[in-house]
Amino acid sequence: MLSTNLTTIQSKEELADLIAKNEKVAVCCGRMGPMCIPVYDIFEVFQEKYPDIVFRNMDFDSPDAAVIRNLPECRLFNGLPFTVYYRNGKVVKATSSIQTSKQVKDIITEVLE
Amino acid sequence: MQKNYDLIVIGAGPAGLAAAIYAARGSLSTLVVDESSAGGQVKTTHQVANYPGFIEPISGYELAGNMRKQAERYGAAFDLAIEITGLSLSGQQKFVEVDGEKIGAKNIILATGSSPRLLDAPGEQEFKGNGISYCATCDGDFYKGKDVVVVGGGNSAMEESLLLLQYVNSITVIHQFDVLQAEKVTADKMLANPKVSFLWSHEPRKFERVNDKMRVVAENLKTKEMVSIERDGVFVFIGLKPNTGLFEKTSLQLSEHGYLLTNDKMETNLPGVYAVGDVRAKQYRQITTAVSDGTIAALEIIRKG
Repeated sequence: MLSTNLTTIQSKEELADLIAKNEKVAVCCGRMGPMCIPVYDIFEVFQEKYPDIVFRNMDFDSPDAAVIRNLPECRLFNGLPFTVYYRNGKVVKATSSIQTSKQVKDIITEVLE
Repeated sequence: MQKNYDLIVIGAGPAGLAAAIYAARGSLSTLVVDESSAGGQVKTTHQVANYPGFIEPISGYELAGNMRKQAERYGAAFDLAIEITGLSLSGQQKFVEVDGEKIGAKNIILATGSSPRLLDAPGEQEFKGNGISYCATCDGDFYKGKDVVVVGGGNSAMEESLLLLQYVNSITVIHQFDVLQAEKVTADKMLANPKVSFLWSHEPRKFERVNDKMRVVAENLKTKEMVSIERDGVFVFIGLKPNTGLFEKTSLQLSEHGYLLTNDKMETNLPGVYAVGDVRAKQYRQITTAVSDGTIAALEIIRKG
């Protein structure tokens, strides 16, 4: 269970619905570990800075998180969290392991702005 | 119009948050800025069992969150996940430039902490999370039944390796010395484990991907010969480094190991600039000592008016 202040996606259907209804979605899929928590926290701050982007997290170990774990973009990933950025329903960027706020900001600028 | 504060705290770990709690309670207008989020390394600690006042262990995430809420309750302002684009610490009025916006302060507390040290070898950044990891708890199960390299021989390297042994088939430890620096009890467990082998007196110089494997090119520090080994993944645990990159263009005095030097009031060599927590040169780095540093700096600023 992810005990963060972000809204956690509970099912693959919820994720599908989210990316269908929102142009820009960012999902951080991980555990409550030292590489994941900093990214959740950055997402939490960025929720206010980028109101047009929907920021969520998802429990890496939930069966439904297979929709992220099995993405072709994540095929070679071996480090948590898997962070996936969607635009108009398509994956436009995916990263593995911890990211700094500057790295997340740069990705947003690159693919979501 | 330019914002001005009595105090800007750079870094929102326990040292910075303790300073913010005391300063805000002491009626100083206080801004806490951090390029990440609030909580520092504590936030990512699974459980904290030795922080006074908690009979049962508390999660680091919760403890850090409580510290932030406590500071906010007393009026401290926060600007997190920002980029510090400029810093002026000399002169009576100090300036911190946050995402291009210049903010003034009479006093600055530097509480930037420390971060895991990187090898800075070619390929390290490229394969982070994709062959190179820094956390056994997080990434160990990606390597179930596989063969990995661990770089490092100190306490964290050996403790993380013992955890990794629950998942992996074998570990090859690459260490720059010919003995382990870890505590004897931990080192002995590793030395006695048949799944563990050692490449002593070597340092990685390059990481490459060869099909599904990671190739580590390591230098023998005694003979200067290069050796290559191929494994499924690499875990790097080579200690911590102080986060002082921000201060490179200032005249702050650093210790020989790169930590900020202060007196026992946490004053640096620059008037009105204080350093607290893990970024400060000191013997013990604990949550309690970080909180102590932050408290002393804030009280000193309040006392001086």
